[in-house]
Amino acid sequence: MTVTTPDRPQVAPESATATTTYREAVREAIRAAMRADDRVFLMGEDVGRYGGCYAVSMGLLEEFGEERIRDTPLSESAFVGAGIGAAMAGMRPIVEIMTVNFSLLALDQILNTAATVLHMSGGLFNVPLVIRMATGGGRQLAAQHSHSLEGWYAHIPGLKVVAPGTVEDAGGMLAPALTDPDPVLIFENALLYNREGPAPDPERPVDLVHAAVRRPGRDVSLITYGGSLHKTLEAAEALEQSGISAEVIDLRVLRPLDTETVLASVAHTHRVVLIDEGWKTGSLAAEVIARIGERAFYDLDVPPARVCSAEVPLPYAKHLEEAALPSVERIVAAARKVVGGG
Amino acid sequence: MEPLRFIAEDGARADPFPLSPEELTRGYREVVRARVFDERALTLQRQGKLSVYPPYKGQEAAQVGAALALDPGDWLVPSYRETAAALACGLSMSQAILYWRADPAGWRYPDDLRVLPFYIPIATQLLHAVGVASAGRYQGEDWVALTFIGDGGSSEGDFHEALNFAAVFQAPMVMVVQNNGWAISVPTEKQMRNPRIADRAAGYGIPGVVVDGNDLAAVWHVTREAVARARAGEGPTLIEAVTYRVGPHTSSDDPGRYRSADAGAAWLARDPVSRLRAALEGLGVWDDAREEALRAEIAEEFAAAVREADAAPEPEPQQIVEQVFETMTPDARAAWEVLRRG
Repeated sequence: MTVTTPDRPQVAPESATATTTYREAVREAIRAAMRADDRVFLMGEDVGRYGGCYAVSMGLLEEFGEERIRDTPLSESAFVGAGIGAAMAGMRPIVEIMTVNFSLLALDQILNTAATVLHMSGGLFNVPLVIRMATGGGRQLAAQHSHSLEGWYAHIPGLKVVAPGTVEDAGGMLAPALTDPDPVLIFENALLYNREGPAPDPERPVDLVHAAVRRPGRDVSLITYGGSLHKTLEAAEALEQSGISAEVIDLRVLRPLDTETVLASVAHTHRVVLIDEGWKTGSLAAEVIARIGERAFYDLDVPPARVCSAEVPLPYAKHLEEAALPSVERIVAAARKVVGGG
Repeated sequence: MEPLRFIAEDGARADPFPLSPEELTRGYREVVRARVFDERALTLQRQGKLSVYPPYKGQEAAQVGAALALDPGDWLVPSYRETAAALACGLSMSQAILYWRADPAGWRYPDDLRVLPFYIPIATQLLHAVGVASAGRYQGEDWVALTFIGDGGSSEGDFHEALNFAAVFQAPMVMVVQNNGWAISVPTEKQMRNPRIADRAAGYGIPGVVVDGNDLAAVWHVTREAVARARAGEGPTLIEAVTYRVGPHTSSDDPGRYRSADAGAAWLARDPVSRLRAALEGLGVWDDAREEALRAEIAEEFAAAVREADAAPEPEPQQIVEQVFETMTPDARAAWEVLRRG
């Protein structure tokens, strides 16, 4: 796998396992979890007969029945709230929200209850709930369907927030999320569902703790997560052609942040670019840079840079949407500028 | 729909009467306990020994009657108004005092007490009750969830989502609306066009019952029937308990700013405590000596609870980060060290 410790940055070893898609990896992880544990059930809009809006749960209804693959009324607050209640009373629910924009209808449940009940019950009631949702733009679904709000959720103490960027993490992160006693939000960038990659390997379980060094490098740290990971790896490839060695850090876990892996990278590259599909102002990218500033200011040779989404509602038209999202070209340009002296 | 009533304001009992003399005696004991706790808690608050406290004077029968309809193993999912229900479900007075003293030790109930924390966002808890109720079905348990809401809360989206969700899945639960006439300063007639909240049940295809909320026998009876239906797999029930908030919204509220001093005068004649005592006296099972003994016993229970609460150790500052996640994150650990050192 891909998880490294700060003192041993390394590339993901080439996997001998079969390849699969991100979508299938999530589906098989759900299937395995449901076979292994009667307490696990899936609930959300169109997850049953329809197989999920992104076809993640296709075929699961036939295997597990409608009690455990539960189509719900269109009530985000209701199915998240019911998931919280079920989790407090012994179940291990997986709640699917169609898209991150719709999760705002359940924000009260997520923040005011899921994230606070452990505190409010003096440690008595955990909320072992997993909430999965699609996030991100690039599909021409416009300004109420395409945003990247995972950084908002990462702002909230009491939540664990993960953003699998690889097929292996997409499948591998579900099991530790379900065994975690705290609520875990899994953000699946919708552009990744068709992506192929090495399938998760049960022999190499992943954790919800560490960032991963996806590509080692010397000259600049490109720090990213989720849907921007592959753009960043592509950018690193392009930079290599022009003699710039970029290290790519995949944050993977947005809360709690693995600050040590970030600092270890910056300590040897001395230059950093954050790539974050969220809006720049008040972003996760800002938080990572703040941490670098607090703890590794003198490791930096030049000011850090950010490649984020334009601060606009995400446009509908293809070329306008592309103009708003982080791109390989913008990442390359930002890295060149940083390496060139800022 | 006229509210169902079994005890008239003068204590006269309807025939047939749904409770045995023993049940009525037990109910009276709990109602007096609730009244004593509430009055003295408000006094403690005025003395600076409790934090903000939401009194429930006048609503004791609505809460106690419903709570007594539960069996061991059932769940209570309360809002902040329901200290009386929690006491009737087994929460100790000392625990309740610590809770409203804002002491974390008070938030942690005994492990086997199936009472969730008092919820502050309005109506959110109804959805947790749906989840708790469903979790029993999944696990082959026959528990029922009892939850409460107020007339103001019935305007929240979560109220409607919960009714629909519970109805669709036939969740084994009972929702009691304490229609106490006021949502802080807004009277029921400005809250809704149709003031009969129980009517709304029909819109969701579930039974709705309206009951005199100041009549313990009536509340207990209809809740017991609703609990039995839920346990038998016949789904949820909406109960509207018509009552009156005699006191302020919370200890921070001054009702004199929005209602005349005699606004609730008619309700004093419908007081749930004196009405119940009159019924017991009519049955020939109550007299001044018994009353005196009960009052002395409860006064001592409260005094002992205060002593116990006062003996609780002062919470340590570092406790604030101990129950955000089940296991402290590296950031939380760092904060813990700083707080411990003071």
